[in-house]
Amino acid sequence: MAFATIGKAGKAAAAAARLTDYDTACANFTWEMARRELGELPGGGLNIAYAAVDRHVAAGKGARLALRWIGKDDRVRDFTYADLRGASNRFANLLRRLGVKPGEAVFTLLGRQPALYIVALGTLKAGCVFSPLFSAFGPEPVEARMSKGRGAVLVTTAELYRRKVAPIRDRLTALRQVILVGDSAGSGDGPLGALNFETALAASSESFEVAASRPEDIALLHFTSGTTGKPKGAIHVHEAVLAHHITGQYALDLREGDVFWCTADPGWVTGTSYGIIAPLTNGATLIVDEAEFDGPRWFRILAEQKVTVWYTAPTAIRLLMKLGAKPVADHDLSHLRFMASVGEPLNPEAVVWGIEAFGLPFHDNWWQTETGGIMIANFAAMDIKPGSMGKPLPGIEAAIVRRLEDGRVEKTEVAGATGELALRPGWPSMFRGYLDEEERYRKCFADGWYLSGDLATRDADGYFWFVGRSDDVIKSAGHLIGPFEVESVLMEHAAVAEAAVIGIPDPVAGEIVKAYVALKNGIAESEALRKELLGHARRHLGAAVAPREIVFARGLPRTRSGKIMRRLLKARELGLPEGDLSTLESDTK
Amino acid sequence: MTADDIRQILLEEIGNIAPEADLGALDPEVDYREKLDIDSIGFLNLIIAIGKRLKIEVPEKDYARLGTLSGAVSYLVARKRG
Repeated sequence: MAFATIGKAGKAAAAAARLTDYDTACANFTWEMARRELGELPGGGLNIAYAAVDRHVAAGKGARLALRWIGKDDRVRDFTYADLRGASNRFANLLRRLGVKPGEAVFTLLGRQPALYIVALGTLKAGCVFSPLFSAFGPEPVEARMSKGRGAVLVTTAELYRRKVAPIRDRLTALRQVILVGDSAGSGDGPLGALNFETALAASSESFEVAASRPEDIALLHFTSGTTGKPKGAIHVHEAVLAHHITGQYALDLREGDVFWCTADPGWVTGTSYGIIAPLTNGATLIVDEAEFDGPRWFRILAEQKVTVWYTAPTAIRLLMKLGAKPVADHDLSHLRFMASVGEPLNPEAVVWGIEAFGLPFHDNWWQTETGGIMIANFAAMDIKPGSMGKPLPGIEAAIVRRLEDGRVEKTEVAGATGELALRPGWPSMFRGYLDEEERYRKCFADGWYLSGDLATRDADGYFWFVGRSDDVIKSAGHLIGPFEVESVLMEHAAVAEAAVIGIPDPVAGEIVKAYVALKNGIAESEALRKELLGHARRHLGAAVAPREIVFARGLPRTRSGKIMRRLLKARELGLPEGDLSTLESDTK
Repeated sequence: MTADDIRQILLEEIGNIAPEADLGALDPEVDYREKLDIDSIGFLNLIIAIGKRLKIEVPEKDYARLGTLSGAVSYLVARKRG
């Protein structure tokens, strides 16, 4: 192994960690422990928002700082737990007044702003389903997700509405109410009948009886992408909070009074599980920065806000590495105790760079939209093998398996053998279905295992190592991108006959989206057309999903059944062996 | 190289990242990344492309200064002179 293990023995932070003895914690763990910590609603029932906010207020801790929002212009807005309780109660009352029923979906299309947190918590309190969208999505991804999720309410800004919702508004048949955050709601930019968030909130009562949701009631809907078909809506229930809470302690070392900064976009599952829920259930203060990535600014926030626990992503870490800065030399980072990363595997160089730059290593961890919470992690008190995702959380059984012909799976005990990473179902934040797609959900399980679609190995010490995806899904800057969604939009262009989309390695983003496009007969390849296609894709899909690179191809390799062999395109792109070509039907290189 | 030349190059390169953008309507004082849907990876690619065109290396600590048209032009003009 090229990188030396980072030992934790004798380290003060390790000795004081929430999880000091991994083996003992695993042996003694029960989910009941988390349930007891979180308690119930006064009248019975389990509600994520109550566990996150009201519980602390009831315990006399309402004056504690729950959320500090930092605007792009460095303006600060503080919310105590009592403030968050009041504001989320108001939003829950607003939903009731609008006639939104428990179980109906409330979508957000927002950047990092206070309204997002109020909406998330208020929606859960009302027993409705919270579904956040990524604000960098274009109209097509917004439409696909909101239609599937039957969003009854959308909270967004006038600007985002105009650019991303107005073009597809007539296709959103379930949408009854748009609520606009910010001053521009009355400027005529928004749709007729839209409410202004601030005004509507001010007109709502601050007292609300939190819905006595049951553990298995649907709470969250997070969309993710597969190789084929439309995005999948992963269903999560209120009981997931047990996992958010306890994994926050074990994998992020969270405790009461921590100043916690999760840089993930609120439009993705990390932004909810660890950007809202886990830090609040654990009584921490959330730092929320409205601005997009900005290295020097981030160093400043870490120092000025006295951040103790920082959860970020490989793309951001690699961008910070490029800054070539030693923040620890220019800033007082003495409060920083623990740094973690998620999104795609963190390369060992970046893990080690953490020590040079911050005096602390990054702790990589692994999970998915479907798992709802961290499943495998490098812990504060456990030695780090740079490049490894670590070991399964207490309460989580993980294995490397091989799918057999007969539908059964075989667990491999051989250290270093590559197989599919599988988890034993039953943890509270496991997804309970893909919305309206029972068959797709069922296919994720075999022989008593949840099959993650990620290929991995486990070494002799029990550490897991990511190898790759078993399908064609692209992981770019922490976002999962389904090639089909991108190909479909490209093929909507009049000049395009067929399109294939793959991920190619990128030193910063992990992978970037590259598209191969075959034009219709008689249409000439040109730079102008290439740019037009790029613009077309960006307009419909948004910057995060659209290809970064488009090349023309005379034809695309297909199987006899007509499926595009993305794997072959990728092998050629990377100069790898082309593998089994027995099913290859057509191909014009 | 004049400020106008540099502005022209900048607009061309923005157009390569976001070909769908209406650059004529762009307010030189606002952060164009948000207006034109250029995310951090797109912005990084833009800076690399501009650096190549102008044969200068933009250090990462200066990236934030290139977030508006007017800021970028004055920064790049100064760099070309320096």
